[in-house]
Amino acid sequence: MAGKPKALSVLTNGFLKENPTLRLLLGMCPSLAVTTLAVNGIGMGVAATVVLIGSNVVISLIRKIVPDKVRIPVFITVIAGFVTIVKMLMEAYFPDLNKQLGIFIPLIVVNCIILARAEMFASRNGPLLSALDGLGMGIGFTCALFIIGSVREILGSGTWMGMTLTADLFDPATIMILPPGGFMVMGTLIALVNRLSRKKEKARSEEAAGGCAVGCPGCEKAT
Amino acid sequence: MKELFAILIGAMLIENFVLSKFLGICPFLGVSQKTSTALGMSGAVVFVNTLASLVTYLVNDLLLKPNGLEYLQTIAFILVIAALVQFVEIVLKKLVPPLYKALGIYLPLITTNCAILGSALINVDPARDYSLLEAVFFGFSAALGFSMALVLFSGIRERLETSDIPESFKGMPIALIAASLVSVAFVGFAGLVI
Repeated sequence: MAGKPKALSVLTNGFLKENPTLRLLLGMCPSLAVTTLAVNGIGMGVAATVVLIGSNVVISLIRKIVPDKVRIPVFITVIAGFVTIVKMLMEAYFPDLNKQLGIFIPLIVVNCIILARAEMFASRNGPLLSALDGLGMGIGFTCALFIIGSVREILGSGTWMGMTLTADLFDPATIMILPPGGFMVMGTLIALVNRLSRKKEKARSEEAAGGCAVGCPGCEKAT
Repeated sequence: MKELFAILIGAMLIENFVLSKFLGICPFLGVSQKTSTALGMSGAVVFVNTLASLVTYLVNDLLLKPNGLEYLQTIAFILVIAALVQFVEIVLKKLVPPLYKALGIYLPLITTNCAILGSALINVDPARDYSLLEAVFFGFSAALGFSMALVLFSGIRERLETSDIPESFKGMPIALIAASLVSVAFVGFAGLVI
């Protein structure tokens, strides 16, 4: 059923058009909490991507044998299984990053992005397309986290990926790596994306502005 | 007693779940448009989080720890929480219909609220070494802190509705900027030593 153009559009959908963080406003907690450093953003993004691809494939494989009534608990169990695997791998191979991300690795379980993609995509499409969807969404999520992390790291610590950028000429604004900075950068970025996309398509931007109010509880309501 | 007071202040103000630990941002942004819905959600979260802290602590202490299964915490907790929410829903519907009516629609949303799973995981963190009473009290105080932030913020958002906001900032962006300003206030509590 999947012609090449469709597969490609499924993959690229998550980059910009339906970027999970900046357009659909899903998975806000990790996007705000771990992005004090650009590296953390990438680490979190990759961890979530692995879980997304894994859970999308498995859910799409079992979608026909799972009764509709118990699908959400089944999905959550599958996701929790993958999260546990990722957590153990990170503990073994990236102990420092694991310490930095801390509680937010196990909390990938309740990340709206994963459950939303399971519900909206993987439970209706074949495993190959679901894997592509997971990869695309994961890349979109990772990019968004990387951008937020970069802005906060540069403004808040004067460094980027560990390199000093400001040459210690001025004091960086510490508030950017504190919680308020997270909210502020996120809000400004979403506004920026809204503005850019409205230039392209006026109608679509309205949908995105009201996105979270419907999006997050919307995906939770599925439970 | 003194420890419990320290936990209360710590969980509500210094480590406020929403504004300084970024747990439960989805409901914080999703149901804060009106104070009345914010109050409903707060009630449901306080109720479920206190119960969930109790149950997950016991599951961890009696079931996982003796068998060396701590690595199953994430799976076990999310299942326990999901089952608990369902159970609470059924019991409330049967026994306390008015309360069910008030909390009803918020209950299913709670399963995927990361504040609940977050506080369950924090409670069993070996570094904290909480007793059962402390763990339950921490769950209760953290949920109170969440509620406080949610209700405070919904008041602000009600006013934002009528203000003149630049086109691009309408909706979520301005809400995030407002949240940023609220959280500046909570950064002030970080210096509190108890």
